[in-house]
Amino acid sequence: MQLMSGNEAIAHGAWEAGARIGVAYPGTPSTETMETFGKLEGVYAEWCTNEKVAVEVGLGASAAGARVLSTMKHVGVNVAADPLFTSSYTGVGGGMVILAADDPGMYSSQNEQDSHWYARAAHIPMLDPSDSAEALSFTREAYDLSEKFDVPFMIRSSVRVSHTKTPVELGQREERPLRAYQSDPAKWVMMPAFAKPRRKVQLSRDDELEAWAETCAYNRVEAGTDGGKRGVVCSGAVYQHVKAALPDAAVLKLGCTWPIPQKLVSDFAESVDELYVVEEASDYLTTEVRAAGVAVSAFPNELPRDGELSAGLIKHAFGMADPTFEPKPADVPNRPPALCPGCPHRLVFKELNRIKAIVTGDIGCYTLGALPPLSAMDTCVDMGASVSMSHGFELALAGTEHRPVVAVIGDSTFAHSGLSSLISTVYNKGVGTVCILDNRTTAMTGRQGNPFNGETLQHRPSRELDLIGVLKALGIENVQQVYPHDAKAVRAALKQATKEQADELSVIVFKAPCVLLERHREPAYFVNANCRSCGSCTTLGCPAISRDAETGIAAIDPALCIGCGQCAQYCAFDAIEQPNGTQSDSSKGAN
Amino acid sequence: MDEATTVLLCGVGGQGTITAADLLARAALEAGFEVKVSEIHGMAQRGGAVSTVVRFGKHVTTMTADIGETDCLVSFETTEALRNISYLKQGGSLLVADETIKPLPVACGNASMPLQARKRLEKLGAAIVPVGKIAREAGNPKTENVAILGALEHSLGFGEGVWKRVIEKRVPLKTIEANLAAFDAGLAFATEHAR
Repeated sequence: MQLMSGNEAIAHGAWEAGARIGVAYPGTPSTETMETFGKLEGVYAEWCTNEKVAVEVGLGASAAGARVLSTMKHVGVNVAADPLFTSSYTGVGGGMVILAADDPGMYSSQNEQDSHWYARAAHIPMLDPSDSAEALSFTREAYDLSEKFDVPFMIRSSVRVSHTKTPVELGQREERPLRAYQSDPAKWVMMPAFAKPRRKVQLSRDDELEAWAETCAYNRVEAGTDGGKRGVVCSGAVYQHVKAALPDAAVLKLGCTWPIPQKLVSDFAESVDELYVVEEASDYLTTEVRAAGVAVSAFPNELPRDGELSAGLIKHAFGMADPTFEPKPADVPNRPPALCPGCPHRLVFKELNRIKAIVTGDIGCYTLGALPPLSAMDTCVDMGASVSMSHGFELALAGTEHRPVVAVIGDSTFAHSGLSSLISTVYNKGVGTVCILDNRTTAMTGRQGNPFNGETLQHRPSRELDLIGVLKALGIENVQQVYPHDAKAVRAALKQATKEQADELSVIVFKAPCVLLERHREPAYFVNANCRSCGSCTTLGCPAISRDAETGIAAIDPALCIGCGQCAQYCAFDAIEQPNGTQSDSSKGAN
Repeated sequence: MDEATTVLLCGVGGQGTITAADLLARAALEAGFEVKVSEIHGMAQRGGAVSTVVRFGKHVTTMTADIGETDCLVSFETTEALRNISYLKQGGSLLVADETIKPLPVACGNASMPLQARKRLEKLGAAIVPVGKIAREAGNPKTENVAILGALEHSLGFGEGVWKRVIEKRVPLKTIEANLAAFDAGLAFATEHAR
């Protein structure tokens, strides 16, 4: 027995089932699943450029007869939706399991969409583990089920399943030789003539799945001790909260959430006076339970419809007394995350703020450029949207006097879906500035490889994609590569792109590695007696720099400073220096 | 039936809350309990406020901490202790490291620190653990998080042998002695403080 996160358990479940191929794009809270899988014996695992590619690679490997694991965060499923919806027409060869890791509460995401709806809409059966032991056993069995029903299975987790460590018993791997591949266009070529009969296959499979769900051991009734008064339908992590909040209520724990076992649900409802559904992120289960013809009781008090649930919130909804507690004092300052000391993104945002650009942002560490004091981002919606939304801004503002429009996107996000957006802008003769912040890694999710750094998940040899070469090949004439720690160079490049080339399309590649990649440190800077309390260094938002609350004099924390020299370039009084006259090359004169 | 103790460990990204939670979880396992550890990764890592929940006992269901229902609040930083104070249940134990880290909005001059945080915390029953001093005396400044676990043991009562086995197994070989010394000093501090 060992403690293991839900993500690790899913990886082990796939491995025990003989999965031999893993395909994913990193995304919190799913990332560690593929990282763990890739370290297990006898498997091939790769980061793909995006989730659609991952599911397609996976479907190909499945068609060829291998058992496959594909993992992604909830919003990744949006990207993968295209192959997902048709994979329930084609079915599988080798078993295929797809993890959708949801983020109710939005700890690390742009929305809290509920992946259950995808299962229903795409006719893909979904299993919903509530701890790591279930994550392992559900995943392992999902492979047999996938082959039995000839359809991919989805595992739906949430932050509290993926990132909670609970006890797990590991088992042995069952080696699965490839299933023999034979061409079968009627199954795999989804043109109308073949898709129409497969649609009928999909629907009759739905019927079989519905019958199976009634007997599936993962759906279980736990009898109550309140004399049949209250019954609660729930699944996943919420089940654990329900058990803590309502120890005496009867519970129907759904381990298979699509299709739901309609008869079991209605029998359960018959056995209790009041039937409740407790769920987070959406009203998916409530809708399904009602569709089974069951009346759902209203909670005595409100249960929040947004955010993450907890036992306390459930107790409150059921009218139990709230505990007394010391309220959070009003004078506690926020502690938002910030770009690291020495982050190569910082000066780009500082300069974008200075030129008052309209900045369409994207998904990654650099989304933190939206927060004060950098405050240099106008939009952030989804992967790749920076490039396409900037084109939209330019279209709408064409012919008007407007602030420069600048898209900001990271290297991995650009590979994920910025590239196709940029091709569209080029094709349509769009204008504006695109900044690619190439920090040589997929930083936010923990520094994974991507096509532009040439690192692969299992450290197999690869090659770095030539970013400048790609941009030139698209026919973009204004391409600059700039060292982003040099404030003057950043400023000059943005000026050239947004002023001199304002009527053209320009791309600036800001290339310098993430500080967490190399963990290289130069001697820390310090503030000398020249400081005039002007505060310009603290407009950089570096966690190492602070000002005295009374005098306004700046100070640099030597434990946090990595000696990047960004701040020294913004000091008009030469008050920021390195010991013994050591100074980095780019540390003069941008103020 | 949930029969578990809830410990909420909070602090600032990079302070070692996750490592401390891992040691605590393993100690609880070693002491024969069921355990769940819930971490939040991602955005929170970048110098933001972080918290990890460890729940252990005869039977553990939920993995989250609730307002007014947390048995032990262990904060690695004074401001974070105030931020999370509402989680602590009446009569629960409050351990706070005597460390204060300015959040970025304060460092930039856009916000100010809470006034007299230590005094207010002490009034709320906090044991302010001198982890810096303990760690220095133990011979390794990185043992601060183990010092506060030592103080926590005073409320948990797993037994020193349990912790010794876990620390010896989980920390780098060269730092075992310093970690054990920091643990003992943390426990001694809490025992003394409780009097």
